[in-house]
Amino acid sequence: MTTPMLPRLLTHIPQKRTLWRDAARSFLKNRLATAGLVVVAIFIIMAVFADVLAPTPYYRSVLNDNLQYPSARHLMGTDQVGRDLLSRIIYGTRTSLVVGFAVQAIAFAIGLPLGALAGLRSGWVDFIITRLLEVMTAFPGFLFAIFLMSILGSGLGNVILAIGVTSWIEVCRLTRGQSLALREREFVVAARSYGADDWRIVFRQLLPHALPPLVIMLALGIPSAIFAEAGLSFLGVGINDPIPSWGKMVSESLGYIRVYWYLGLFPTLAIALAMLSFNFLGDGLRDALDPTMYNV
Amino acid sequence: MGRYILGRLGGLLIAFLLVSIITFLLMHAVPGGPFDELKQPLPPEAKANILRKYGLDRPIWEQYLRYMWGAIHLDFGIPFQSPTETVTELIARVWPPTLQLATVVILLSYSLGMFFGIIAAIKQNSWIDHAVTAMATLGFAIPNFVVGIWLILIFSVTLHWLPTGGWGQPENYIMPVLVYSAAPMAMVARYTRVNMLESLRADYVRTARAKGLTERTVIFRHILKNALIPLVTVLGPQIPNIATGSIFIEATFRIPGLGRYFVTSTYNRDYPMIMATMLLAAFLWGITYLISDILYTVIDPRVRLTGRGNP
Repeated sequence: MTTPMLPRLLTHIPQKRTLWRDAARSFLKNRLATAGLVVVAIFIIMAVFADVLAPTPYYRSVLNDNLQYPSARHLMGTDQVGRDLLSRIIYGTRTSLVVGFAVQAIAFAIGLPLGALAGLRSGWVDFIITRLLEVMTAFPGFLFAIFLMSILGSGLGNVILAIGVTSWIEVCRLTRGQSLALREREFVVAARSYGADDWRIVFRQLLPHALPPLVIMLALGIPSAIFAEAGLSFLGVGINDPIPSWGKMVSESLGYIRVYWYLGLFPTLAIALAMLSFNFLGDGLRDALDPTMYNV
Repeated sequence: MGRYILGRLGGLLIAFLLVSIITFLLMHAVPGGPFDELKQPLPPEAKANILRKYGLDRPIWEQYLRYMWGAIHLDFGIPFQSPTETVTELIARVWPPTLQLATVVILLSYSLGMFFGIIAAIKQNSWIDHAVTAMATLGFAIPNFVVGIWLILIFSVTLHWLPTGGWGQPENYIMPVLVYSAAPMAMVARYTRVNMLESLRADYVRTARAKGLTERTVIFRHILKNALIPLVTVLGPQIPNIATGSIFIEATFRIPGLGRYFVTSTYNRDYPMIMATMLLAAFLWGITYLISDILYTVIDPRVRLTGRGNP
């Protein structure tokens, strides 16, 4: 009875279990999250290889071909100045993703150091940063982004700046909380006792510990930045022509929508698909990385 | 209690002042304004006259103090985009459509959201529960102007039942309300469901069942009462967002409301109007935050704001 057990125990060497490997396994079991990951990957490919994938350049307009319904030649039709809608949607992916990632870069570049500083130093540094957080929360977020755009003027760089400046608050609050909780832990006290400075503690102790919630925040921050860009462009204070933006395409379609329905349909589908896939990916990461978290 | 409220009021006042200062400074920090040479080439004397008339030639701190002194007396100046009225009159004229829409949206989304949340919790893991969760996810993730376009495509373009936009007729309400309610309803449903599920497992519910109370009494008297209390702190602060933030809805359905005028005032760099809208939003936000905190203690006697006496 016991003899067949032995060889099995010897041959079956379990893989090393880590937080990330466990998370990857439970993530892949989650069908919605995996679907989200696949769609996000497709969007990234579209953004990177837009020059190859798009049938025509995004700025090429053939005025004789304007407002053509979807056909074999123009799969999604053409817009009011005769530009191929499919090409503009493919290039629009690039705009959305650039904004999504760049905004998160700004948010983390501001929020992470400030939050770590507030949590580790406490005292007057913490007091000032906490007040700053309070004030930034009091600002009606999206109104403030619109307001900033009116000051900065429209354009891709300014869109990134305006959304970035309004979205570091959550990162800062999270990092502050994590460092506050970590500050009194034995290994941090030990590190301090042999003379580690703040930066060493941030990189060697805080970041590895706070990485799961920060990754979740990053994953869910990208779609909200994409949403904000689409929103600003929809309101007419976002991306400038001729750079394609899904939000701007939706707002331009409003004048033609009664007859040229496809002008409104395809960009909105692109926005919805991007939002859903990124959100499913983020939710899946959250469930996989933090099983204790409530799935509110 | 009194001290707590005073402290919170002080904090809100500081935040409010900082919002006003930052907005004011940012607006004036950038070159260019409503009287740009590019838009309206004016002789320098005329331009100086206009600047003097609007007080734009004074030092910045004096402009700010003058402005805030007026704002306390509800005088926000004259909007550049329609100089025949005051900002207060303009807001009084354009806010009602937004408020009417917001009232319908709040009533509908909060009641339906609670209803669906309760059903989902009672019938946990049934198809209703999954449908509510799916709706909530969609309502959160998809921007409301996207849903708005889809409704226009279905009900206006394909079925010809409803106008694509406009304001003043009852049928103008239908699509904006549907679209605008989705996100708050989803949020209310999710919070209600989670709170319900928590109370369902509470000891007092087991006791109530053990006493032999009917399921109806258990749900309405014991579970609902306790499950809905935490909602107050979530729902309260949403109200100013809904009351001021229908910008997308108003742009999609061509509703002449506050959000629409806020956007046009940013095109025109209409400082007085921008400033007034920002202050209004920050003010509403602060007040509802405070009220929902106080309301929370009134409804739930276990919560003590000062923390004196209990751990």
